[in-house]
Amino acid sequence: MDRRASFDSFNFTRYAVLMLVSGLVLIPLVATVLGGFKTLGDLRQNPFGLPSEWVIGNYWQILTEGNLWGFLWNSLIIAFFTVFLTLATGAMAAYVLAHVRFFGNRMLGSYFMIGLLFPAAVAILPLFIKIRDLGLLDTYTGVILPQVAFSLGFCILLLRTFFRQMPHELFEAALIDGCSYIHFFWHFTLPLSRPILATVGIFTLVQSWNNFLLPLVVINDDAQFTWPLGIMQFRGEYSTDWTLVLAFITLTLVPAVIFFLMTQRYIVAGLTGGALKG
Amino acid sequence: MSSVSRSEPTKAGTAGTLLGAARSLSLKDRYARANHNGRMTAIILFLPPALLLFTIFVILPIFEAGLMSFFRWNGYGEATKFANPVGFQNYERLAGNRAFIRALLNTGGIIIVSLAVQLPLALAMALLVAKRFAGAYLFRTIFFLPFILAEVATGLIWRFVYDGEFGLVSAIWGVWGAEAPFVLADRTWAIYAIMIVVVWKYFGWHMMIYIAGIQNIPSDLTDAARMDGATRWQITRYVTIPLLMPAIRVSTFFAILGSLQLFDLVMPLTRGGPSNATQTIVTYLYNFGIERTRIGFGSAVGVVLFVICLGFAVSYGRTLFRKE
Repeated sequence: MDRRASFDSFNFTRYAVLMLVSGLVLIPLVATVLGGFKTLGDLRQNPFGLPSEWVIGNYWQILTEGNLWGFLWNSLIIAFFTVFLTLATGAMAAYVLAHVRFFGNRMLGSYFMIGLLFPAAVAILPLFIKIRDLGLLDTYTGVILPQVAFSLGFCILLLRTFFRQMPHELFEAALIDGCSYIHFFWHFTLPLSRPILATVGIFTLVQSWNNFLLPLVVINDDAQFTWPLGIMQFRGEYSTDWTLVLAFITLTLVPAVIFFLMTQRYIVAGLTGGALKG
Repeated sequence: MSSVSRSEPTKAGTAGTLLGAARSLSLKDRYARANHNGRMTAIILFLPPALLLFTIFVILPIFEAGLMSFFRWNGYGEATKFANPVGFQNYERLAGNRAFIRALLNTGGIIIVSLAVQLPLALAMALLVAKRFAGAYLFRTIFFLPFILAEVATGLIWRFVYDGEFGLVSAIWGVWGAEAPFVLADRTWAIYAIMIVVVWKYFGWHMMIYIAGIQNIPSDLTDAARMDGATRWQITRYVTIPLLMPAIRVSTFFAILGSLQLFDLVMPLTRGGPSNATQTIVTYLYNFGIERTRIGFGSAVGVVLFVICLGFAVSYGRTLFRKE
């Protein structure tokens, strides 16, 4: 069968179905972006078409007047330290769990996996009390540390599996030559693990960037708001002015989409590879 | 480096003799032996940071939730923390609470929709775009796009779509010249509206899992079936899908676990309203435990969620990770 000649009924149906589903996926997104360029009256008349007159005032107002930049900055700082601490503590623990034999090694490995079994919401009230008692309410640290703790399960699972799959001969030869465990970790394991570290790091970053429940509980002061809190507050204040809200949403989507297109490879690898290896 | 580093008591056979030798050694020598290649140093430096963080912020709060669920406490004043033991009262109140039962039913409904609508849709799309053809990559990216958006942003976007005055719904109704309903303010329809958003947001991720699975299937199997005269549908039905079962099990697992913790998406859409019609377990926990700082009651909700997650993970995980 000649493949190229056959724009057959299967292909036709396939494209038709894919176009339909793509439309359903894209319409809300496109309408959001376009909505930010409309006047309120225009939006009411024609929520999904092109703006009858392109207005940039909504976007301009949010970029110059609101707290958007502050919110994004707060989220960025929190995400950065969450990723850094997760990778640092997770990689060290995963390395010991993968390579050093000691009493309780396997038990500790399972211990960290407990974190994968339930969402942070389960213990959010005692967590809130703990963060308050530690004096960490309304601080970045109060969001960062619990986020790191909840990311550790996934991080250690993936890294330990990866470390174990690395060729063992090199490791044993290095040990016999008197190389210390820590030296090997720093000079061999870490450099060889860049792809998996990138995957785990990006995954943790996205989770932190999008996190809502924990900042909601920990942060009350709007100067410290992460962007999901900020956008909810903004929507509360401007609930009658959808064009502004849509512009705000669009501006928060832009960094996410750009980041996704840049790191797609790692994200997909982390989500599917990690899941399938189990 | 160190002179003792050449003995490597990692082999089971040599461990016994080494242990015997160790008895006659001083404590310092014994440590030096155990610390060959800085083994102990690595353990002592590398494990505690993760272990401490994890224990303090994940494990301890779980136990505290279990403990606090037997007390009534408003969160203020250490002295009153354990002053009002209420036995199982928090759980009894939950069992008879209509809003909580609604939350359980809604969560169950979301699980069912995830499994019965979302996963088949994801599988269908995966089968259509897994193989290379013009546009395959573009379609994959489009379908995956909703997954990368934050839940909060997604919720707000759909709140706009469902808006009776400005949104898609209003536009469609406008065509008939009718007054559009506010779907999210309707006690019957709001939860279905949320289910649509769940499918919209997450099917692309499950599709990606299936695509990875399909691409792992050796092509000689499908080729052989084609040589034997199997139709495209027969190959899909009798070769591809059976071989995809591991991926399907994984995605089922995540779909259920994800549905159990649905929160971020619901808050911008309805906050659990109108009159509790769209509560999920976690929005209920937020609205009735956190908002009103009822530590004991909220902890009881957390414990129920924990038990559901654990029970599910244990029973399902056993079949899922059997290979390991």
